[in-house]
Amino acid sequence: MGGMTAPQVVPVETPDIEEVPAADRPWVTVVWNDPVNLMSYVTWVFQKLFGYNREKAESLMLDVHHKGKAIVSSGMRERMEYDASRLHGYGLWATVDRS
Amino acid sequence: MFTRRGGRCVARFAPGEAAVLHQVVAEVMALLSDGFDRADPVVERLFPDVYPEDPAGSADLRRYTDDDLKTAKLDQARSILSVLPADGGEVRLDPEQAETWLRALTDVRLALGLRLDIRDDTDLEAELDDAVLRDPTSPRVGQLSVYAYLTYLQESLLEALVS
Repeated sequence: MGGMTAPQVVPVETPDIEEVPAADRPWVTVVWNDPVNLMSYVTWVFQKLFGYNREKAESLMLDVHHKGKAIVSSGMRERMEYDASRLHGYGLWATVDRS
Repeated sequence: MFTRRGGRCVARFAPGEAAVLHQVVAEVMALLSDGFDRADPVVERLFPDVYPEDPAGSADLRRYTDDDLKTAKLDQARSILSVLPADGGEVRLDPEQAETWLRALTDVRLALGLRLDIRDDTDLEAELDDAVLRDPTSPRVGQLSVYAYLTYLQESLLEALVS
């Protein structure tokens, strides 16, 4: 932290840089790896729920498998909650986070 | 195991296979209804927190989503029980039914997988050999066989559906 001579005056007008864009920042749906779901099934679910072509769905599935997770959709918060809920219906482990 | 025949996914179940499937599906249904307990790891896995670092936010959201999800999972489990004769026989699923079965089989495998402590690096065959060696009559031997069977069954159904 600052020493005795550190300036004490903080300009109150300065907006919190962290906070301004945060409100507009899109949210993301994250799918996490699990040891049970079949790779072919996960690929099929991504195609089914998000309309991704096979190549894209497979690449996302491989990210989940090898990196432990993948972002499968992004956008407004409510939409991501809806996506997560649909993924739960298919037994995938999905969470929502800020991008 | 399922094969594709004239736009349908078709499989023949031996009485023993049908009985096992009825039993494990009924067990999951019990977990989803009377036995519903958030502290159960299986329930936690089937209904994951949407915001892992925000328990209050997750709980809040759950008030809107839990009932629908529970109903959907019960319906899909029921679809197996209603289509599959308890004493075995042939099953012919249209694509919509096949998808419902795929989801239901996933829930059952997730539940069993957790109980059996299946991990990413689990070698199912080695695990089964090991369990047989220890005690061929143990429940674990039976459960591992059922898990392996359900995995093959689901794999064959998905293949039949997308072929």
